[in-house]
Amino acid sequence: MKTQKIGAWLAIFFGASYFIIPLIATFEFSLRMRRGEYSFDAYRSVFSDIQFRESFSYSIVMALLTIVFGVLLVVPTAYWVRLRLPQMRPVVEFITLMPLVIPAIVIVFGYLRIYNSSSFIPFTGSTRGTDVLLMFSFMTLSLPYMYRSVDTAMRTIDVGTLTEAAQSLGASWPTIMFKCIFPNVMSGVLSGAFITFAIVIGEFTMPSLLNRPAFGPYLQLIGANRAYEPPALAVIAFAITWGCMVLLQLVSRFSKSAPAKP
Amino acid sequence: MSANRAIDLKKTAIDWLGITPFLLFAVMFLIAPTLYLVTGAFLNPAGEFTFENIGGLFTDKILASYWISIKISLASSIGGALIGFWLAWAVVLGGLPSWIRSSLLTFSGVASNFAGVPLAFAFLATLGRTGLVTMILRDWFGINLYATGFNLLSFIGLTLTYMYFQIPLMVLIITPALDGLKKEWREAAEILGATNRQYWTKVALPILFPSILGTTLLLFANAFGAIATAYSLTGSTFNIVPIQLYAQIRGDVLHNPNLGYALALGMIVITGISNLIYIWLRMRAERWQK
Repeated sequence: MKTQKIGAWLAIFFGASYFIIPLIATFEFSLRMRRGEYSFDAYRSVFSDIQFRESFSYSIVMALLTIVFGVLLVVPTAYWVRLRLPQMRPVVEFITLMPLVIPAIVIVFGYLRIYNSSSFIPFTGSTRGTDVLLMFSFMTLSLPYMYRSVDTAMRTIDVGTLTEAAQSLGASWPTIMFKCIFPNVMSGVLSGAFITFAIVIGEFTMPSLLNRPAFGPYLQLIGANRAYEPPALAVIAFAITWGCMVLLQLVSRFSKSAPAKP
Repeated sequence: MSANRAIDLKKTAIDWLGITPFLLFAVMFLIAPTLYLVTGAFLNPAGEFTFENIGGLFTDKILASYWISIKISLASSIGGALIGFWLAWAVVLGGLPSWIRSSLLTFSGVASNFAGVPLAFAFLATLGRTGLVTMILRDWFGINLYATGFNLLSFIGLTLTYMYFQIPLMVLIITPALDGLKKEWREAAEILGATNRQYWTKVALPILFPSILGTTLLLFANAFGAIATAYSLTGSTFNIVPIQLYAQIRGDVLHNPNLGYALALGMIVITGISNLIYIWLRMRAERWQK
């Protein structure tokens, strides 16, 4: 028993060092910009960079659009599959897992070939079109997480009874969807939204290959050309991820108080 | 009778109409792009069926890039799985205070999503030529890390970096499996006179084995498809498959678009097989969690 406890503490000590040392080192490095003393100059330089502000706000807008359209696609689908097409569940679940199986770079390679300017649907023919395609590609990336969190939330409510109750009171389909189903799966929607936000903000491959000025390609560009700004940006990116995950935990803890049904 | 059938048909049609947007989305943004690349891998530029592109993968340069990708993914997934298992074991069965468990799980949620370009920056600041750890080793301990042959922009460096998101992913997936080990199994084994070692090798590990192996395969696929970290650490000098594919998409460096499709197909096959085995193993593992 004694050796077991020592082993456990050793594991935690090792793990904590492996995780925390790079964070300390990154923070320390980001303060080194002024020779001989620590300063926040690198952060000042980052925040005053117009490209930082532009790419960052571009990615935030993209993340929000991805969340809105992703939720509008996933919630009705998950609801409908539970209510009317339970036999399709394995198929839908398999499709939602596909983005984990096929690497992002392969998916975007396919987009570039079938949606180029000379194709049937020329998404990449215009800037707006490319933005739309990029949003869809972000939706694809976040699909596994969004679907799973919404579906888990839907498991705790009885969609059949809710729908019948709403229908017998004369509710239309949009009313059922937005006034009954959405509020009941809000915890799942929010969890999915936070994880989508964290994924979209830092994504490099897709915006880079579609040539859109998102935050990920900006990070890569700065990394290749500057010395002290990259660690400052890494600290900022870590803080964003941390914020998203803490919000996600709060939401899931909050929703656990609701009684679960099989 | 026929009116009933008409109503039934209408109902079925509405049922299917409900998931049409989703199916359309799946076809347009997942299935069609993948199928296009897969079929393209078996066509020559003139559009005729051929195995030439698949054969073209078996040249030294491309085989070498697959090999280095597989090596890095294997090393980081096995390393991540071992250390992740050790950490999960410590918080589930090590008798540590409960706040350590909750902080480890929260942190793992963050770190498993902290990948891509910022992760490369973090490791450059840690183990790069002027990184904090490199400097501390040199100034305090007199060890010149880079003189020992270590290089962050290499196999070992990339493996160490990937493990930063692999270990937390393992912790997140394997902790519930360790929670599922029932106390009764251990008690039964002890009553029958089993030692601690016998309990682990004859009872616990065989039950956990599908979970451990499955998660390792998931980590493998996870590392195999990753590009952003490696690209911003090493630029395009380090020839792992995703980086080579990136260069091919950017500027047809292989001088043969169809060979590019074959390169993509190779990636799908490798990540696909490891994911399928993962799913199969997880179904086996769930038998014990009922």
